[in-house]
Amino acid sequence: MNVYNILISGVGGQGVLLTSKVIAEAALLQGLDVKQSEVHGMAQRGGSVLSQVRFGDKVFSPIVTEGEADMLIGFEPLETARYLHFLKDDCVVIYNTRPIGTIGVSIAAEKYPEGINDAIKARVKTVMPFDGTQLAVTAGDKRTLNLVLLGAALKFLPLKESFILDAIKNTVPKKVLEINQKAFAAGRAQGNK
Amino acid sequence: MKKAILSGNEAIARGFLEAGGKLAAAYPGTPSTEVLETLSRVEGIHAEWSVNEKVALEVAIGGSLSGVRSLACMKHVGVNVAADPLMTAAYTGVNAGLVLMAADDPGLFSSQNEQDTRHYARLGKVPCIEPSDSAEALQFVKAAFEMSETFDTPVILRTTTRISHCKSVVETGPAEAPSGRGLAKDFAKYVMLPNNAKKRHAFVEDRLLRLKEWAETSALNQIIDGDRETGFITSGISFQYVREAFPKAAVLKLGTTFPLPEKLIRTFAATVKRLAVVEELDPFLEEQIKAMGVTVHLGKNVLPLCGEFSQRLVREKIAGSALPLKEPIAGLIMRPPTFCPGCSHRGLYTVLAKLKLYVSGDIGCYTLGALPPFSALHTCICMGASISAAHGVAKGLALQGTRQKPVAVIGDSTFLHSGITGLINMVYNGGDAVVIIMNNDTTGMTGGQEHAGTGRSAKGAEAPRLDIAKLCQAIGAKRVREIDAYKIKDLEKIMKEELAEKGPSVLISNQPCVLRYRVSKKALVVERETCKGCKLCLKAGCIALSYTPEGKTGYVEIDPLLCNGCGVCDQLCTTGCMKTT
Repeated sequence: MNVYNILISGVGGQGVLLTSKVIAEAALLQGLDVKQSEVHGMAQRGGSVLSQVRFGDKVFSPIVTEGEADMLIGFEPLETARYLHFLKDDCVVIYNTRPIGTIGVSIAAEKYPEGINDAIKARVKTVMPFDGTQLAVTAGDKRTLNLVLLGAALKFLPLKESFILDAIKNTVPKKVLEINQKAFAAGRAQGNK
Repeated sequence: MKKAILSGNEAIARGFLEAGGKLAAAYPGTPSTEVLETLSRVEGIHAEWSVNEKVALEVAIGGSLSGVRSLACMKHVGVNVAADPLMTAAYTGVNAGLVLMAADDPGLFSSQNEQDTRHYARLGKVPCIEPSDSAEALQFVKAAFEMSETFDTPVILRTTTRISHCKSVVETGPAEAPSGRGLAKDFAKYVMLPNNAKKRHAFVEDRLLRLKEWAETSALNQIIDGDRETGFITSGISFQYVREAFPKAAVLKLGTTFPLPEKLIRTFAATVKRLAVVEELDPFLEEQIKAMGVTVHLGKNVLPLCGEFSQRLVREKIAGSALPLKEPIAGLIMRPPTFCPGCSHRGLYTVLAKLKLYVSGDIGCYTLGALPPFSALHTCICMGASISAAHGVAKGLALQGTRQKPVAVIGDSTFLHSGITGLINMVYNGGDAVVIIMNNDTTGMTGGQEHAGTGRSAKGAEAPRLDIAKLCQAIGAKRVREIDAYKIKDLEKIMKEELAEKGPSVLISNQPCVLRYRVSKKALVVERETCKGCKLCLKAGCIALSYTPEGKTGYVEIDPLLCNGCGVCDQLCTTGCMKTT
C-alpha cells in the first residue's frame, strides 16, 4: 500500500491527539508501517495544533508536507482552512463547522474571517462539513469531538472498520469508553448521510 | 517480541528498562518530558523529578557511582544548566553506565532558543549518538549503556522534537535485571583534584581516539547502498527526510555523530560523485568532515541553519529547484497560544498591564503575558532569570538616577529550579523589586508534573511539601505576602503598596492550575440588555469572550463551553451584566 497521509488540525485542548492515536493504532493492527507526529508544550495552550499520521508498506518521514495530504480532519473551520495547501488535488476534508475565536478575536483586535466554509468548499473536491461539537455534546461530552470526527471519516479511510473499533478500545480510557463509542457511532451516521 | 507504537521518548524509557537501567532523574522540558513520565509508572526502579537539570545529572552520576545504570533526561537548554557536572563527569568516567538524554528543538515548537546540543559532546569529549526513529531510540539506549561501561564515559543520546514526539512501530523485548556493580571508591578516578584531573584528562584524550576507532565498525552506523551520483551523509530525523526525498540514493547514516568514523566517511565519500551532508541546525558533521579534507558539495551552502527540515525542503534544496506550491487561503488570522480559560495568570496580568509596570519574565505558561492584550512582560531569557534580571534592572536604573521598582514573575517549579538563587542574591545585595511567585502547584507548561512544592513525588507518592513563603522568609525577605490572583482589585491595591516600599517584596499566589487539577466553576452568561458593549471585560484576554458589533455599541457574549467561571471579566465589568448560571 502506498503511503496514505492524514492531517488532523484543531485548537490546543480539543483532543486532536486522540484521533491520530486511534488511526495509528488501527493501521498497526492492519499490519502496516505507521508514523505519527504531534506537538506538545506551548502550542497546546489554545494555539493552533497539527497532528499527522502516515501509514503504508514503508513510511520514512513522520511529517506531511505541502501537497502531500490525502485527508484532512479539521476540528475547527479556521484551523481547517489553514492547512488546505497541504492537500493533494483529490483529497477529502472532514471538519467541524463550530468556530472557536482566537485570542485576537476575543479582544476585538481581529475579526474571525468570513466565508470560510465557502472557501473550503471551493478548494476541496470531497468535503464533509457538519456541527461535530453538537453531536459530541449530544453524545454526552464536548471532548468526544475527536471520535465524532473519526466516525465521520470512517468511510473514506483505507483502514478496516474492525481495526478502528479495536483501536478505540485499546486507546480510549475505560471510564469514558462507552461515551466515546457513542460519539463514534454518531459521527459514522453523519458520514453516511 | 511485541509490536507497539511508541513515541521516541516512550521508546527511550523502554530501552532503559531493557538495558537494566535502575535510576532515572530529569527535570521536565519539552520535548524530553515523557521519558521520565513513562518511567515514573514503572515499579522496581527509581524515577524522580529532580529540582533542576544540574541536580538530575548529579543524581544520575551518583547512581552510576553506586553501581546501577543511570539516566538523566532534559531538553537542550537544560544541558546548559547541567554543563558543569557533565564536563567533569567526562573526566571521572563511570562505574555503572551513565547516559544523558538531551532533546533539541529545531523549529522552536516550545523553546527559547534553537541550540545544537551536539557541541557539548565535542566540548566534553564524550560520545554522542543520534537515533532516527523510535525503534532505533530503544536500541540506541541499550547501545549507549554498553558504550558507557566499555569506554568508561558518560554518553549523550541526542534527539530532536521529531524523534522524541513522533510515534513509530517498535518491537519491545523483555526488561533486563542485572545485579548492581556495587559502590565504586577510587581516589584517583573520582576525586577531581588537579593532580588526579591531569591524569584523567590524558585518559579522556586517549578514550576519544579509542571511541573513534570503535565507531568505524559500530553497527550504529550504516551504509544504504544505492545511486552514487549524489551520496548522502546524514543522521537523526534528517535520515528519514533524505530517504523519502531520494529513495534511490546511497546513504551513509551516522548513528555515532561524535566522534566521527573518519575512515568510513572517507571511503564512502570516495565512491560518490557528489557528497551531500544533511543535518538540521549547525554544520556539526559538515565541519568535521571538511576538516578531514573531504569535499562536501552540498551542505549548509544550500540547506538552512535555522528551523526544522522536511522531505520537501531536502528535495528542493538538494535538487536546487522549487517544487510547486499551492497558495494558502488568504486573510486567515493567526492563532497564538493563550492562557486557558480560568487560569489565575489572567488576573495577574490584567493588573500588571493596567499598572504599566516593567515586568521581568521567566519560562512557563506565564510567559504568554507578553502577548496581547496584556503585552505586560518585557524580558524572558531562561529558567530563573526573572528575579536576577529584575534585580539588575533596578540597580541599573538607580545608577541612572531613576527609582523604579520592577516586577519579576516566576512559577513555582521555575522558582525551585533556579529562582531561589536569584532571590537570595537580591535580598543579599540590597535589591528593590517585586517578586511574584505564581504557585499553581505543578509544572504547568510541560503538562503538569510534580515538584518539591506539590507534596507528591514523580511516582505520585506523598512527599514533603516545600513551603515557598517560609523559604522566602528564611532567605531574609522581609515582605512576604500571599495574594489571590483572581481578585484583581485587591491585587492592584497590594501591588501599589509594595511598589511604594523600598526593598524586595515577595508576593505568592496559591491558585491551582485549572488544567492539571480540572478546576471548573459554573460558566458566566452576559445579560444582553444590560451589556453596553464597552469592551472593558475583553481586557481579561479570554477566548471564552467575544464581541459582536451591532447597533451603536454591540455586545459581548460568553461561550458556555469554554468559560471556566473564574470571574476576572466580571470584575472588569462596570454594568454588572455578567450573571452566574
